[in-house]
Amino acid sequence: MARFAVRRLINMAFVLFAISVVTFLIFYVFPGTNTSAQVQRIAGRSSNEVTRAQVKKDYGFDRPVFVQYERLVEKFADGSLISYSNQTNVRDEIARGIPATVSLVLGAAVIWTFFGVLFGVLSAVYAGRWPDRVLTVLSMIGISLPVFWVGALLLYYLTDRIHLFPPGGYVKLTEDPWGWFTHLLLPWFTLSILFIGFYSRLLRSNILDTINEDYVRTARAKGLSERRVLVRHVLRNALIPIVTLFGLDFGAAIGGGAILTESIFSLQGVGQYAAQSVGSLDLPPVMGTTLYAAGFIVLLSAVVDIAYAYLDPRIRLTA
Amino acid sequence: MAPNPSSEFAFEPSPSVPGVAATEGRPIEAVGPWSSARARLRRNRTAMTALAVFATIVACCLAAPLWADQVAHVGPDENNLTGTFERGGKRLYVVTPPPETKPVGPGWSGRYLLGADKNGRDEMVRLLYGGRNSLLVGFASALITTVVAVILGLLAGYFRGRTDLVVRTTFDIIWSFPVLLLGISLGTALAIGGLHLGPIDIESGSLWIPILVIGVIYIPYLGRPVRGQVLALREKEFVEAAVAQGAGPLRIMFGELLPNLASTILVFGTLIVANNILTEAALSFLGAGVQLPTPSWGNMIGEGVNLLSTAPHLTIVPGLAITLTVLALNVFGDGLRDALDPRAKVRLR
Repeated sequence: MARFAVRRLINMAFVLFAISVVTFLIFYVFPGTNTSAQVQRIAGRSSNEVTRAQVKKDYGFDRPVFVQYERLVEKFADGSLISYSNQTNVRDEIARGIPATVSLVLGAAVIWTFFGVLFGVLSAVYAGRWPDRVLTVLSMIGISLPVFWVGALLLYYLTDRIHLFPPGGYVKLTEDPWGWFTHLLLPWFTLSILFIGFYSRLLRSNILDTINEDYVRTARAKGLSERRVLVRHVLRNALIPIVTLFGLDFGAAIGGGAILTESIFSLQGVGQYAAQSVGSLDLPPVMGTTLYAAGFIVLLSAVVDIAYAYLDPRIRLTA
Repeated sequence: MAPNPSSEFAFEPSPSVPGVAATEGRPIEAVGPWSSARARLRRNRTAMTALAVFATIVACCLAAPLWADQVAHVGPDENNLTGTFERGGKRLYVVTPPPETKPVGPGWSGRYLLGADKNGRDEMVRLLYGGRNSLLVGFASALITTVVAVILGLLAGYFRGRTDLVVRTTFDIIWSFPVLLLGISLGTALAIGGLHLGPIDIESGSLWIPILVIGVIYIPYLGRPVRGQVLALREKEFVEAAVAQGAGPLRIMFGELLPNLASTILVFGTLIVANNILTEAALSFLGAGVQLPTPSWGNMIGEGVNLLSTAPHLTIVPGLAITLTVLALNVFGDGLRDALDPRAKVRLR
């Protein structure tokens, strides 16, 4: 077990190093290595001479490439990366956005799991009949909708026009739990639509595969009720791939997948911070959110792998 | 190979299915996997309707210059803030004068069929030109993803060892970035500075930037399953037979292994075009994709959302276009999977 954990952690360290190099390449090398252009990219288009001179010195743009890389990693490690267009610290801004992002993704995850499983089971139970057809059509539409478009239309027609929901924005859970809930209801549903479509389709096909297994026939043969067979024998096995997928999707949603929903509903989360910075072409925050989010996902997947290996000895023996 | 009498078609002869009919007196014709798949696809009415819808959308977008020249008589970038035009015998403002500044909505007239945007540009013309760009980005990026992923997957799975390690690590690194954020980072960095890397020299604002960005970020999503399949396929007898005949690595990879991957690639290829059109829309909406004034469905929505209260058509119309296109592709891709290999587990994201 210890050996597996150590190996996994070494691998994690390597991947962390690799993503920092990739981030460096994306922002420093790919757009061209002309020094004054590099400085202007980081400092922003409307920056003045003083800021540019400072950026040039700070980021080591007058020094060799590996010094520039080292300076960048230092900035990430000690959290001293700042946005020059509004003089804010990137790490602090990201930290401030985390509660909103986590609230959004957690709530949406509950909704998409519930409806994904419900629709998937209904679809499989009524396979080929009208409830299945209706749900299949709905889930197909669900995975084909642009999230931000749905969000914008829902926000406009359900809040601006008929005042069914409070307008966009985020209310802190600690200050006003009911306000927190009502403000997040619409964003939760918007973010869930895509996942409900994916999960219900996947679960439907998993259930239909499982239903032909021998142990299901055995369960029926020994006289179990259809309901018990479905819940205890079929669903339990059909859910395994969904659980794995849920981990991946949840991590991805926290680490940037919610960016569109957040910016439509102005939830002031990490995603909206990134989206605003893209809009104003302010690179340090974009750089920061990307690297911190990727780092978070790498860390999370290492923890999950080690936890799996602890729970299931087969994994640590074969891997 | 002798026709298998227990194949699903042998017992349901249908004259409408080519190569399947087992009429009396004549020997049963052999049915290859491709022609039976084609027959199955043709009988799937939903999938064929979806294909027809998609083909219509593509044809309309390709005919954008025709509409602009013959019907609307205006280009996609021509502003018209102060002008008027005729609709149903009445003269209307394209954009009502300040303080209202409300762009005209959709109505029955060749010009401004779908209304005007905030600069007085013809929304229908922009929709068609934007569609050309969105579809081009979707297709070209899907092509890049597919070609690169298949080649890398073949190399890694066939040669194993060090090649595999390098390819697998590359996939893992791309994979560990949240896919949308990676696209946004690349899109923003390159939107500011263009792409200048060795012999490659692309100016910012070029359509090649979103194409390359979207093409690259999805490579592991196909590369990983291809590598896995190749690892299993290379142990099969037909590969051994090819080796015995003296086939080299290239012939085995592209002559023997690639045809066995065709159904996976085809199904994935269809679904990835749909996915990439959605990604393009998301990136352009945020400003990290197709750059204005070049229209695309994504940045048209981005321009429209601020005017939802006065001109909802600017948001609704391009969004519907995206949804319809992506839906048609997804439905067709589903039918294609059912026809080729119902058990194929091709997944995006």
